[in-house]
Order: sequence, then C-alpha cells, then structure tokens
Amino acid sequence: MITARGLVQTFRTGRGRARTDVHAVRGVDLDVAEGEVVGFLGPNGAGKTTTLRMLTTLLRPTAGTATVAGYDVATQAVQVRRSIGYVSQAGSTYSGAFAGDEVIDHGMLYGMSHADAVRRGQGLFDDLQLEGLWRRRPKSMSGGQKRRLDIVMGLVHEPSLVFLDEPTTGLDPQARANLWGHISALRDRKGATVFLTTHYLDEADALADRIVIIDRGEIVASDTADNLKAQVAGDLVVLEVAADDQVATAHERLRVLAGRAEVDGRRVSARVPRAGRAVPGLLRDLGSEGVSLDSIEVARPTLDDVFLTLTGRSLRDAEQPEQPEQPGHPEQPGDPNDQEVA
Amino acid sequence: MTTTAPRPSSRPARTPAAAEELPQRGAVGRFWRESFIVFRRQMRMNLRNPAWVIIGMLQPVLYLLLFGPLLEPVIAQLGPGINQYTWFVPGMLVQLGIFGAFFAGFSLIGEWREGVIEAERVTPASRTALLVGRLGRDLLQLFVQAVILVALGTALGMDASVGGVVVGVLLTLLLGGACAAASNALALTTKSEDVMAPVINLVMMPVLLLSGILLPMTFGAAWLDRLADFMPIRHVVDAVRGAFFGDFDLATMGWGVGWSVVLFALALWWGTAVFRKENA
Ligand SMILES: Nc1ncnc2c1ncn2[C@@H]1O[C@H](COP(=O)(O)OP(=O)(O)OP(=O)(O)O)[C@@H](O)[C@H]1O
Ligand SMILES: [Mg+2]
Repeated sequence: MITARGLVQTFRTGRGRARTDVHAVRGVDLDVAEGEVVGFLGPNGAGKTTTLRMLTTLLRPTAGTATVAGYDVATQAVQVRRSIGYVSQAGSTYSGAFAGDEVIDHGMLYGMSHADAVRRGQGLFDDLQLEGLWRRRPKSMSGGQKRRLDIVMGLVHEPSLVFLDEPTTGLDPQARANLWGHISALRDRKGATVFLTTHYLDEADALADRIVIIDRGEIVASDTADNLKAQVAGDLVVLEVAADDQVATAHERLRVLAGRAEVDGRRVSARVPRAGRAVPGLLRDLGSEGVSLDSIEVARPTLDDVFLTLTGRSLRDAEQPEQPEQPGHPEQPGDPNDQEVA
Repeated sequence: MTTTAPRPSSRPARTPAAAEELPQRGAVGRFWRESFIVFRRQMRMNLRNPAWVIIGMLQPVLYLLLFGPLLEPVIAQLGPGINQYTWFVPGMLVQLGIFGAFFAGFSLIGEWREGVIEAERVTPASRTALLVGRLGRDLLQLFVQAVILVALGTALGMDASVGGVVVGVLLTLLLGGACAAASNALALTTKSEDVMAPVINLVMMPVLLLSGILLPMTFGAAWLDRLADFMPIRHVVDAVRGAFFGDFDLATMGWGVGWSVVLFALALWWGTAVFRKENA
C-alpha cells in the first residue's frame, strides 16, 4: 500500500545570510502492506508530520520516491488523494462554521453525494461520541471534541488507506480507548490500511501490527511492539519497603531475579524480564523473609525505554533542538512566517 | 500498563471507497461541482455574518450619496452636458471592484491557520476549483454591489444605456476577479495579515492615483497622463466609463477588454499555482 524509497525533505528557512536548511527527513524507506496497521513513533520534531505530508501529496519530496495505493505521489497526486484519508495534526475545520457542514463539504469534495456525506458523517459522529454536535461550531467545542471532528473529516469518505497524525492528542482516556476501538474496526471490518503517528508506545502497542520509529529524520527501527520491547531488558519493578533495615534483603532478592538492582532510599528497583510471572514468587519470598512493602510498581517498557535502547538518548534529550549548521552568523534564523505550525 | 485490543485475524475484502465512483463524471462537470461546493461553503460563512452583508450593501450607497455631490463641480469642468453620475458611477464601480476584491484574501489567512486549506488540498478537488469557488463569492458580492450602485445611480439621474451598463459591469467583474485571485494568492504566499496589509496598500496607492477612478487623468499635467497610460487599470476604467456613455470607441474598448482579460488570466494562473504549491 505504501512504498517509499529515500524520501528526503529539506526546508529552507530564513532569508539572506540568516538562511539555513532544516533537514526534517533524511532518507526514509517504508513498506506498508495492505490491511496493515503501522504505528509511526518518534519524539517532537523527528519528522513524522513531514513524512506524512509527503506521502499525502501535500509536500513535494526534496528527493526520493513514494508510491501510495499504487500511485506515485509526485506524478499521480490526484489518484493518490482519491485513495487516502488524512487527519492532520493541526486541525481541519473553520472555527466559525457548523461542524456538520464542514464534514458534508469535505465528503463532497471527495465526490460523495450530499446524502451519502450526511449519512456517513452522522454515523461517524455517533461512533465517535459526538452526538448532538452536528450543528455546533468548532470554536465552541472542547479540544477533544474538535480532535474527534478532525477524525470524522478524515474518515468521512471511507478511505481504504488512512493517515492519522497524532489522532489521540487531547483525548481523555475513555475517548482514546473508544478511538482505538474505532481504528481497529477500520481494519478488521473494512480491511483498511492505517498509518498513524503517536508519541505513546502503549497506543502503538494496542493498535499497530508494526511499529516504525523515526529519530532526527531517519528510521531507527521497524518491528512488532513485542520484539521492540524485548530489546529492552524487561519490565521495571519498583519496590518501596516499609523499614530501612529491610532494604538490603529486598535488594538481594531483586538482584537474584534481575541480575542487578538499584537502591534509592527505601526504593529498590530493577528491570525484570517477564515481570508478570516473576512478581508473585518475589512477593512470596519477601513475605517469608519478613520484608513488608509500602508499595510495588510494575511498568512495561515505555517508548522512552525503547528509544533509549535504540538511540542511546532519552526522549527528553532527543527533543532538544539540533544546533543548525550556521556559517558563522550569530543571528537566529527564525523568520516566524516561514515556520509552519506543525 | 498495557491494554491490548483483540485482533481478529480474518480480514474481509475492503469495501469500495466512495472515490471510486468518481470517474463517471466528466472532468469539466467535476470542476464546476467542486467550485460550487467551495463557493457554497464560503457563502454560508459570509451570510452568517450580518456585518459583512450590511457593510457590503452600504458601501456603494454611501459612496454615491456622500462622495457624488463632492464631485459635481469637478465634472462640470469636463464640458457642458456631461452627466455627473454617468461619469462617476463607473469610477465607483471599478473602485468597489478593486478595493473589495483586494481584501478578499484576508479571510483565507484565517482559514489557512485553522488547517482548512490543507484539508481541502488533501482532497482530489481541482486546485483551480478551490480558488474559483472563493472568487465566486467575491464576484457575487461585487455583482450585488454593482446592481445597487447602478440602480441608485439611475435613480439619481444617471443616463446610461442598458448595453453599456452590462458591458461595464462585466469588465468590472473581470477586473474584480483578477484582484480577488491576486489577493488570495498573496494571502497564501505571505500567510500573515501583517505582511499582506502593507503590500496591498503599496499596490493600491498607484492604482488609486493613476487610474482616473475619482478624477479624470486628463485634468492633470500631460506627463501624468502619459504615466497613467502604464497603469493597466486606467484602461479598464476608461473602457467601463466609455461603455456607460455608450461610446464604444475601438481603441478604448480594446485596451480595456484586453487588460481585463490578461489580468484575470494571470491572476487565476498565479492563484492556482499557489494552491497547488506544496507547503501552502
Ligand atoms: N514548513 C517548515 N519549515 C521549516 N521547518 C519545518 C517546517 N515543517 C517542519 N519543520 C521542521 O522539520 C522538523 C520535523 O518536523 P515534523 O513536524 O515533521 O516533526 P514531528 O515528528 O511531526 O514532530 P511532533 O511530534 O512535534 O509533531 C522539525 O525540526 C521542524 O521544525
Ligand atoms: Mg507532527
């Protein structure tokens, strides 16, 4: 469904001597099969949106080629557009227009009849729990409602290939779970292919068959969630013991289990492979040795953990903006008008 | 914490996308349909804003009632027997066309900021249709204003033939369309009201000074008159005025019609290019 080879996007920002090149995407290869759900992960500024905008014909690649739904994004843009749906990160409706009208017009620009657009749009409003908001203006909707309206816009024409750019930002846990269900259903019931970006490993894990991780414009991993997590040495187990004299025992127990453990005050932590199986035994042992716990936490590896393993940097570090290569000119390049709101 | 949704392994064949019905319609039919969808959306938004409607209607009325009397003595100098309203209404018409249209692009910046333009650009709709639908809104507004202007002018004593008025209004619409398209293109290029406003002022000044919209260019020094010959809009004003006076002089009309068509074509091309351009 998607094939990309050596996709590159270099933005020019600033003018005159303050001019710099931003290497947003530097040679991305991608292969997505029909019916696959792929999660595209990466820290802020990694190049997710830029990649998506190239695949959806909104941005012409600086270099490289891509075929989407069998059509070349550069030379067969109209055919590509007909075959895809896109939910942008930035919103898609005018704040002063009625939500329903925006959905209908969007569907009709895809060639749907008015009646079809209404039927399908209202169906999606129900599915995504936007009942009663058909004649509401986006400016008087909550952030999460607006986000779901964007998703309706992207799905109204029933595309068989959907690009979702951070679809769940701003959604409460219940709305997010509901959207996950909807995205899964797209594939399971309609056979749609889904390509979604996210910052959350649990989201990619819940939805995606495969996870592609991008960092600084390059793909650093492409694998199933389980395989990626397996690269991290297990789940994080944190014990908080009740008394200072029990720390040593707890530390020893955890060390036996994990190979190494760390102590921080009364908190003892370690990475334990398959913690779900190991913890009951651990608790029993601790109990029989007279160690009482104030709390125990078991955390599955997060994107941060995977990212750290893959790149040697934590997500927080990765978000630090790169120092642009500047030819001896101290001024910052920022002409705010050149910067698009991503 | 990890939630894993169950994943049934069976994948039914995908249902045909709505898009696949498209090829049944001809390319031209599709273009007008898309333009109309965009046009209807724009009209809906504008009509919901009463200020827009009232100001649009009031503009020609105020110009004619408050500015017309001011010009009376000036027109008298043009020669005996020249009807001041027949002379003045065409100028007002062109001015409304240019001014109103030049500001049309501002609303586009707001739409761009909210992601509407990107959402439209990701659909298969023709880029020209995205522009033409918006021009339709601006031209309809201009047309309504022109009708008010002509009706009021006639009530005040304007003496113009029906044919002349029709030709004059058509020329104005062509010029207004060109300005609106250019304004939209400028809006999507600058993406900022703060950059766009001074640019428009910069363009408006010579247009106003050298087009003979308010005062005849022949009043001034000969060099000014020569200089004004280089202002395309001056020729359109002359042609519209000529049409209102029933004076279809071949050279005047030729230059006027020629420039309107050329400006319109250029602006339409520029506007489409901007909508097509990546990164818009
Ligand atoms: N129009 C533009 N002009 C200049 N630089 C840009 C432009 N768009 C994006 N960039 C830069 O390209 C890089 C990648 O941006 P992109 O929006 O693709 O990141 P992202 O992975 O989507 O991040 P986020 O998680 O914050 O959405 C960033 O450094 C960004 O500043
Ligand atoms: Mg992004």
